[in-house]
Amino acid sequence: MALTLMEGNEAIAWGALAAGCRFFAGYPITPATTVYNAMLKHLPPQGGICLQGEDEIASIGFCLGASMAGWKAMTATSGPGISLYSEQISFAVGSEIPIVIVDVQRLGPSTGSATKGADGDIQFLQWGNSGGLPVIVLAPVDIKDCIVLTMQAFNLAETYRCPVFLAANKEISMTRETVDLEAIVLPDVVDRRTAAADEDFRPFGTSGGRRVPDFLPIGAARPVRQTSSTHGPDGYITTDADLIARNQDRLQRKITTEAERFAYFEEDTMPEGDTLVITYGVTARAARAAVEALRAEGRAIGLLVLKTLWPVPEALLREKTAGYDRILVVEMNLGQYVREIQRALPGRDIRFLGQMNGELIKPARIREELTP
Amino acid sequence: MTKSLINGSRPPVFCPGCAHERVVGALDKAFQHMGFKGEEIVIVSDIGCSGLFDTFFHTHALHGLHGRALTYATGIKLARPDLHVVVTMGDGGLGIGGAHLLSTCRRNIGLTLLVLNNFNYGMTGGQCSSTTPPDAQVGSGFLNRLEKPVDVCRVAGAAGAAHLRRISAYDANLADAMEAAIHFDGFALLDIWGVCPGRYTRRNKLSPKAIAASLEAQPPVGHFREENNREEYGRHYRREAADQEPAPPPRAIAACHAPVTHERREVVFLGSAGQRIVTAGELLCLAAASAGLHASQKNDYPITVLRGHSISEVILSKNTIGFTGFDHPSVVAALASEGVSRRTKMLAALPEDTLVLCAAGLDLPPCRGRVITFDFKAAGIREPDWALAALVLMAQREAAISKSMLQTALDLRFQGKVRELAAAVMEKVVTSDVV
Repeated sequence: MALTLMEGNEAIAWGALAAGCRFFAGYPITPATTVYNAMLKHLPPQGGICLQGEDEIASIGFCLGASMAGWKAMTATSGPGISLYSEQISFAVGSEIPIVIVDVQRLGPSTGSATKGADGDIQFLQWGNSGGLPVIVLAPVDIKDCIVLTMQAFNLAETYRCPVFLAANKEISMTRETVDLEAIVLPDVVDRRTAAADEDFRPFGTSGGRRVPDFLPIGAARPVRQTSSTHGPDGYITTDADLIARNQDRLQRKITTEAERFAYFEEDTMPEGDTLVITYGVTARAARAAVEALRAEGRAIGLLVLKTLWPVPEALLREKTAGYDRILVVEMNLGQYVREIQRALPGRDIRFLGQMNGELIKPARIREELTP
Repeated sequence: MTKSLINGSRPPVFCPGCAHERVVGALDKAFQHMGFKGEEIVIVSDIGCSGLFDTFFHTHALHGLHGRALTYATGIKLARPDLHVVVTMGDGGLGIGGAHLLSTCRRNIGLTLLVLNNFNYGMTGGQCSSTTPPDAQVGSGFLNRLEKPVDVCRVAGAAGAAHLRRISAYDANLADAMEAAIHFDGFALLDIWGVCPGRYTRRNKLSPKAIAASLEAQPPVGHFREENNREEYGRHYRREAADQEPAPPPRAIAACHAPVTHERREVVFLGSAGQRIVTAGELLCLAAASAGLHASQKNDYPITVLRGHSISEVILSKNTIGFTGFDHPSVVAALASEGVSRRTKMLAALPEDTLVLCAAGLDLPPCRGRVITFDFKAAGIREPDWALAALVLMAQREAAISKSMLQTALDLRFQGKVRELAAAVMEKVVTSDVV
């Protein structure tokens, strides 16, 4: 075994490169800047493009343009940048532009603390853009996840033609760790489906029961239309209420009906138990330590680490929680994802432990919460 | 000449008498004269009446958000330098997207920007825009009287654009001007003045003749051509990129030493900015890896660069590391009061067997643990090397790492002159009798 030392942001860059990312643009912001640094080192010598935008709005705009030209694109920022991305995120959602957006979360609100971690954007990532349609959010726990989930993020963006977020955290992204790269099983790389040359091309047309339109890049042999306006399958503005309703429904269902296919998670569970701890992101590391210690003491405590946060893996939650008396949700905010667990599991005894002070939730604090 | 690229199935939607109609015609004429096929052109349109342009042509099209057209166009042009990218934007998009305009001018990227300047926001009710004259009657009450209209061409020239021209939508040479702009190898901007009959000319007198007279009176911008003449951004980018060294793949560190202990070790450096605390933490991790140990490094520092605390927490373990924080370190390197003052609680609760390496002269609060004070200054070690020197002190005592592990870490991290300087620091500590 040979170990490699890298920080989470470098690992995200490696994951992106392994997934075929050729275009990156970002605006410097702690704690996301080192993703940009890494991409700047790697992409230009390989014939890719790495840009520093004049602001976050431009950075993601460059990416959307490049993605429409057929390149896999990624941007990285933190909470204040996600705020500025908002209108462009809704463009990517409504106009089905594949893009990976890394949010290296830092303590908010607003400018907050640039060098302190938090998971304070978890609801914001789903709901922080106009229109209310679903997005996909993955949450890494460690270096391995930073590589693998970034690749999955690209694969999902390509498969469903939508923005996919990586909800990282300063405490993963700027923490260095050793990792055995050889031991990591990388997923296969997925590319967006392109329209067959001998078929009529409608930029937003779907057929054969599929909900995701086939793609042609801007610059293809046939003119391609892209629009942020409410459109029909032909990519022209429409006011036809039935057409609009069908399209909105498709945009929703292309993600929600497939949710269980990419409900990534890790578990340390048992058929029956006292409490199931549900958590995600860097907090999973503290939870694992706490649960292992309690299990060693003979307590029947299980652990479920969610790696796909949105869409909420409701069936998974029902299945994994079935044998437990109660549920404890632990997250690095004042109670965001616990709302989704409560919604998915009505009538269950759901407790919450959160913290928002720029420090990691400690295993001892979780143990305390689990001690009767 | 090629055939018209006008999309016959999309009827005109502009108000009768709108200047935009003429711009559509001139653009088609320019495309035809240049012999372009639809698939060689991308029209990126902004929001407002200028945002309808993409629908009138059989070309590639991208209609995005207000003021952001240049951002998408930039991404497209860099991915596909062979395409002719024409951006249509009104005086509204110009205002809201001002930062993008300035940056696009500075980049000199090969895009053609057609500013359809009709001095107001047509679609939303004739409010004032960034080009509305102060004496105009607009939908923003008196507010336009308070602001000076922007001269797009002079602003763009000052920002670095070379090909600039103001022209009337009624000018017989409009198609030629467009052709010259599209031909230009770099960023080209046409400020096309026109009439908005739906809003602006209902309350303001403005005729093609008045526009022509007004354009005559504008300061010249031709000199920017010479002043801002330089290589197109994308070509320059690719040229620079070709000279960049490919980045090395991630480095796998083979285990070549025996660890000094199989017990988990937790080391914290308490220092200040400029003491290379983070580098010392990294060296410690590399040393761990050279003995087949897992390591994690969690840093804490403020946003300031050469001031304030710098703390690095490193864990060495034979197992994969889960939680990266700790409260009871096995080694503390106390190197500056900035760092020490951030961890007073931790210091107050130190286990007795903690090794505390303390810089001489540092006011360490009372704590348990084996405190070893070292006078770095007296040993001739500069402050930026104290954290490295602390690693040497640790290695001497086989606290978490050995000397050979540290040597390997230094070999991995530094080359040439820097490696020699590190060796010199190591030598100074080893030969020093100042403790």
